[in-house]
Amino acid sequence: MKEPIEKPDFEGLSLAEIREIKAGMSHYEDKTAASIEALKIIQKHRRWVSDECLVAVAELLEMSSAQLEGVATFYNLIYRQPVGKTVIHYCNSVTCWMLGAEDISERLCRYLNVELGEISADGEYTVLPIVCLGACDHAPVVLVGDKLKLDVTENAVNEIFGR
Amino acid sequence: MARIEIDGQSYDVQDGDNLLSSCLSLGLDLPYFCWHPAMGSAGACRQCAIIQYKDAEDQRGRLVMACMTPVKEAMRISIDAEQARQFRSDNIELLMTNHPHDCPVCEEGGECHLQDMTVMTGHTFRRYRGRKRTHNNQNLGPFINHEMNRCIACYRCVRFYDEYAGGKDLQVLGMHNNVYFGRFEDGALENEFSGNLVEVCPTGVFTDKTFSARYTRKWDLQTAPSICIHCSLGCNTAPGERYGELRRIINRYHGEINGYFLCDRGRFGYGFVNSQKRIVMPGIKGQTETTAEIAENHFRNLLKYAKSVIGIGSPRASLEANFALRSLVGEANFFLGLEDAEHTLLNAIVEILFNGGIRSPSLRETEQADAVLIMGEDVTHSAPRLALSLRQAVRNASFDMAHKMHIPLWQDAAIRQLGPIRSPLFIASICSTRLDDVATGTYQGSPDDIARFGFAIAHCLDESAAEPVDLSEDEKSLARSIAKALKQAQRPLIVSGTSCLSVAVIQAAYNVAKALPAQDKQLTFTLPECNSLGLAIMNGRPLQQAFDSINDGLADTVVILENDLYRRASHQSVDGFLEKAAHVVVIDNLENQTVGRAELVLPAATFAESEGTLVNNEGRAQRYFPVYPAADPIRGSWQWLTRLENSQWRHHHALTAACASAFPYLAAIVHAAPQTDNIIKGSKIPRQPHRYSGRTAMHANIKVSEPGQPQDMETPFAFSMEGAMAHVQPALLPVIWAPGWNSNQAINKFQQETGGHLRDGDAGARLIKPSGSHLPWFGHIPPAFEPEPGLWRIMSLPHIFGSEELSLQSTPLAERLPDLCVLLNPQDAESLGVDPGDPIEICDPARNFLLKFPVNIEKTLPRGLLGITAGRPEFQPLKFLDQVTLNKANPEQQPNSEAPL
Repeated sequence: MKEPIEKPDFEGLSLAEIREIKAGMSHYEDKTAASIEALKIIQKHRRWVSDECLVAVAELLEMSSAQLEGVATFYNLIYRQPVGKTVIHYCNSVTCWMLGAEDISERLCRYLNVELGEISADGEYTVLPIVCLGACDHAPVVLVGDKLKLDVTENAVNEIFGR
Repeated sequence: MARIEIDGQSYDVQDGDNLLSSCLSLGLDLPYFCWHPAMGSAGACRQCAIIQYKDAEDQRGRLVMACMTPVKEAMRISIDAEQARQFRSDNIELLMTNHPHDCPVCEEGGECHLQDMTVMTGHTFRRYRGRKRTHNNQNLGPFINHEMNRCIACYRCVRFYDEYAGGKDLQVLGMHNNVYFGRFEDGALENEFSGNLVEVCPTGVFTDKTFSARYTRKWDLQTAPSICIHCSLGCNTAPGERYGELRRIINRYHGEINGYFLCDRGRFGYGFVNSQKRIVMPGIKGQTETTAEIAENHFRNLLKYAKSVIGIGSPRASLEANFALRSLVGEANFFLGLEDAEHTLLNAIVEILFNGGIRSPSLRETEQADAVLIMGEDVTHSAPRLALSLRQAVRNASFDMAHKMHIPLWQDAAIRQLGPIRSPLFIASICSTRLDDVATGTYQGSPDDIARFGFAIAHCLDESAAEPVDLSEDEKSLARSIAKALKQAQRPLIVSGTSCLSVAVIQAAYNVAKALPAQDKQLTFTLPECNSLGLAIMNGRPLQQAFDSINDGLADTVVILENDLYRRASHQSVDGFLEKAAHVVVIDNLENQTVGRAELVLPAATFAESEGTLVNNEGRAQRYFPVYPAADPIRGSWQWLTRLENSQWRHHHALTAACASAFPYLAAIVHAAPQTDNIIKGSKIPRQPHRYSGRTAMHANIKVSEPGQPQDMETPFAFSMEGAMAHVQPALLPVIWAPGWNSNQAINKFQQETGGHLRDGDAGARLIKPSGSHLPWFGHIPPAFEPEPGLWRIMSLPHIFGSEELSLQSTPLAERLPDLCVLLNPQDAESLGVDPGDPIEICDPARNFLLKFPVNIEKTLPRGLLGITAGRPEFQPLKFLDQVTLNKANPEQQPNSEAPL
């Protein structure tokens, strides 16, 4: 038979999040156009997007969870699993890969004692690969939080963590 | 037309088409994955690369994707050029890097487009030695298996499921080398057309779970052309059998009806054929052992010694079976087996279709409509495949826009980029429908209100049409805006049907259609069962009169053909009737309440084991053929009825011919399929593919010597591999196969042009010829529905999985049944003090308790109505439009589990 009546208001989201997302929605004719912005708002508050949040945001934007999941999993900078306070993205596209991206990733992981995608014990860092950051002339490059580190060398740990 | 040169040869092809489609139409082999004739081009898979030359001198040329390149006059291309071949080979090698080597255990194997294309490009050796990416699969419900490792990311599944069929729960997830086609989480696919993924997917990601249970390779299945019997549209199907069991149903292309797609009820509703409830032996009350001969003799004696025999026909039995019964008992003693309201309704529809002067369209024609009004139907549930067509019809506005902008219509992505430009679709229904998401406007009301609303639209279009009084301002203004949109349309379509059980709705729909100024207007009705229209044309009497003739003692013996009377009339009246009748003979294929009351039960073959002609809602007569012989002593209903003594009809075709000459409206049914049994120089068409294996061994556990193949004396087909396949008209091909094309995509080889009609014509004969005349305006407008305090009217709402009698008996569908609950308007629920899930007692107006069910709230259901699922036995005491009272029920008594020890 027909769907049961709607759930309580967007379970799992804070009022602030709902307010910000609704403000974002007002900029577009089509609510779903605000989906990336909405996911970023969730991340601003929580660092990552849980299943529960995703379902709630989808409901808010009147799209299916699968549609929003399609958006969320398409973008490298939307995290569907918990991450540390700072995410370190090393570029693994062609130029950086040729100039030692894998080595850098290994050094960073060893230093933080994590596998790719894990959170360091102090909760500070997560290392993840990313596609080309558009700075191939300074390869290899690493994006630390929102700061781009150029011409990273085998001293990556020093260059990034300053030690 | 344009003249183009392909590899040095000149061809005439359709101007403006894309090169891939043109090459396939010419019968040339060019591999592809993402392109689909019904969905256009995506340019995603890069498989159909060819060389295009600048001019006659150009020797080098450049690589282009055939599916994305429009045909132009004097174009020169090459499919065979070495660079093109190499590109295609390299491309498939890349697509295949992650593809598992699991063909031997993959259910797509043997009918896999990916296999065919891989062989076609010559990629026979894997060089890739790296790790393959792997995925977790999801449980997608009872219909579809999911095996994502096989995916080559052609995007066809989501393009069909989301963009074509409107399903939102299957999407593409992830990115670049790690895309995933699935749901947000495990769970049954929600869309009613999910089964088409099995055929749309070029490889084995989505396969038929119902088939998995008893799997057989395509080449080991015995198949015959068939017609879906689960609704009135008459989609063409290809059922497959092995070891006397129906194993699966796939789409059989019909250029005017279903095209490439079926609904899930049609595809997965076949399980009743193999059900435990099948009647496999004749039964005589009081006797334990009965043979066919004893049963036949008993039948003969009953007929011989009866005072008078009446026959009750069935809208789910073939024309021939009904006609044989009618001939056996005599015209005056033949009853259609429909209760009064449905009987009247179908008669009204027959009158309008044959004498109303407005064309009833095929499904393909409905897709061309540029404005649609649906009156009183949730077509997704009452005639599912039509809903898929109407979903395409709303795209016509964007096609028109694309045409103006010189965008070819096959440029799918470009056209979708134009945004949600939709042709008008208006839906007047009892409550919200599954097409509301693409509707321009909706109206909800009781059947009477829907009729009134329709009359109002007709009056807005033509002032000479009757006008309802006392419509609200909102209703008037919506009616005016609908009339305006319909008036502007060049190919408007009015859809109505029997779901509202209201003659007024049908008549209002006719008034609207009649009032439309367009030349190319169309009117279609969805009907309850697969042969409702054919039966109604036969002009018998309603069921109540059959009851009367027994109750009044005019007759003492009744023969009931494939009809569970308990689904049609009240328990009490059927009980009384069957008790009063001295002898009750029932011919049917599944046990049901009526069968349980019979003195003599004759086991009838289903559509899969018998032949017959059905008339669909469009008025097209189509023939289905037995896929495999009925297990003795099961026989076709028509055979039980004609093989008594000195019957005039030895063969089915003679019966068809007699039926055709008895009813002028049915005269054309003899052309529904070839009549002769030896159509190709004495050879029959084999039902078994030439690779069919194991024939000598399949009965070896019973007897080592190979039995002779069963003979088919009734149809152009043989239960054999032997026979003539060349020059068979494609509409009669049991299996679609061409050299190098083992998947269903081989259909390209049998169409006049890709996605067009079958060569030598689509199957069936249209019975309705435009008469040119019109009926007068209908003017009987019912009063508006006013809810009466404390009383509710029953609304039986069709459901794709819950309403149809035979598919209800099919196991996989049971998992998709709607919840057993009743629907109430929120205000009504509040006034009764019930919340969703609370049980409610349903009583008749005299407060006699009838049933108790939980409540669900439906915002769009008008006040004073109580929605139930049509056709579900659990709701049997409630009939459409009955008045009931409701009371909040006490919660279920909890068993006292915490009782002290």
